[in-house]
Amino acid sequence: MKIEVKDIDFYYGSFHALKNISMGIEQNKVVAFIGPSGCGKSTFLRLFNRMNDLIPDTRLTGQILIDGKDVYAPKVEVDVLRKEIGMVFQRPNPFPMSIFENVAYGLRVNGVKDKVFIAQRVEETLRGAALWDEVKDKLKASAYALSGGQQQRLCIARAMAVSPSVLLMDEPASALDPISTAKVEELIRELRKELTIIIVTHNMQQAARVSDKTAFFYMGEMVEYDDTKVIFTHPRKTETQNYITGRFG
Amino acid sequence: MKSVEYPSRYAVRKRYAQRVAFWLFRFFSLFIAFILFAILGFIIYKGAGVLSWDFLTKAPSDGMTSGGIFPAIVGTLCLMAGSAVVAFPIGIMSGIYMSEFASKGWVVKFIRLMTNNLSGVPSIVFGLFGMALFVKYLNFGDSILAGSLTLGMLSLPLVIRTTEEALKDIPDSMREGSLALGASKLQTIWRVILPMGMPRIITGLILSLGRVSGETAPILFTCAAYFFPQLPTSIFDQCMALPYHLYVLSTSGTDMAAQQPIAYGTALVLIVIILIINLLSGALRRYFENRLK
Repeated sequence: MKIEVKDIDFYYGSFHALKNISMGIEQNKVVAFIGPSGCGKSTFLRLFNRMNDLIPDTRLTGQILIDGKDVYAPKVEVDVLRKEIGMVFQRPNPFPMSIFENVAYGLRVNGVKDKVFIAQRVEETLRGAALWDEVKDKLKASAYALSGGQQQRLCIARAMAVSPSVLLMDEPASALDPISTAKVEELIRELRKELTIIIVTHNMQQAARVSDKTAFFYMGEMVEYDDTKVIFTHPRKTETQNYITGRFG
Repeated sequence: MKSVEYPSRYAVRKRYAQRVAFWLFRFFSLFIAFILFAILGFIIYKGAGVLSWDFLTKAPSDGMTSGGIFPAIVGTLCLMAGSAVVAFPIGIMSGIYMSEFASKGWVVKFIRLMTNNLSGVPSIVFGLFGMALFVKYLNFGDSILAGSLTLGMLSLPLVIRTTEEALKDIPDSMREGSLALGASKLQTIWRVILPMGMPRIITGLILSLGRVSGETAPILFTCAAYFFPQLPTSIFDQCMALPYHLYVLSTSGTDMAAQQPIAYGTALVLIVIILIINLLSGALRRYFENRLK
């Protein structure tokens, strides 16, 4: 198991946001988290790279192990962890810098100074994000000159530049048009060869298209977690059935 | 179902009311411009006559009834620079702390309360305090140093507030994006947040300079010289300053009638300096904004 989650409970103040969640995620798989708004799937995702540390008055019990190491152990350096566990957000959030500097950012803040290596890595990851051909002549141009879909692929390249072994994606295509969405999904299928991906999505077709396994969340509980095929054809629980057939949510 | 009768010609009345309101708003907005033009026009009318190269580059002479205001211009520029050295680093660092580090606890509330109150303290009180602390207790004497420190304290609240507000308006997605790549908080602030806040921070800094250049009360007991025709050579020297010189020319001296045109000339130079600063602030803001595009 690449990732093991054991008995997670998570609270915002007194609100019990995640209830007793346990699951395992294998290496080089894509796992989709689905569920209605407010079900806790994004909150859960943000636990893996400790993004919820930024929110005051939260409490966590249980364990998340990545490669057998407890993410929340006291001696863990959060910076090092976040380099290992990349994240792509719902809205493209490129920095106000050039395209090149956006991708190089992660390397620079982690102390890489070798210019040749940085240039190589930028090209590599932009190619990996299927963006290179579109931007190779304007690497010095501002990232804001790109379209929304290009910006999101830039953010994926940016996350990939520091060679994470897990990529967290929080509804990465929800702000994009259908063509850009298709490109991002294609990218997810490619990236699976290199790393483990967890993707939160509102779009069930998307979950069905890109993921190996799917977890359905409802009211802070993980109702069902199984192979994507099973979830979308023979779900065991009626809540799952109701959700995927569009009866609520 | 009960039906209601709509008042006749109501749409016309609404449109009429809207038009009246619109003209009222426009009138009062233009009134502001009118005030500025009135002051400017008056000062130019009264002061432009004495303006000359000599006026800008010579020291006052003949009991301040002739000559120029060069030492006062230099003094004011020195005080602006000095107060910037005092207030900018402290103010920007406090602003960063307030926006980025302090959680919403009582510390921030306390600092914010103090900052707000500090900006409400009358400037003459700053002057009094500056005299007690810098001039007397720390023994700096009446000096550019004491004056700069006092003016620096005065402009701190403005610098802190504009820095804090500039940074607070930057969306959290930028911070999260940076942290998610393994950047530390400090790296995030230095490489992403501060550059994004720069246009507004710069504007705040320059406005504080404008305010400092026009303050009289804080330097009254800490720095300003009634008559000091040679230029200051160290930060422990006194200096002349435009607003204080204006005050002196208008209230005391050997020949009030002869001094009056010089007073208006001084006022004109002071206003022009402040206008230049404000224009500069706009230009700098645009420059930093373009760097972000």
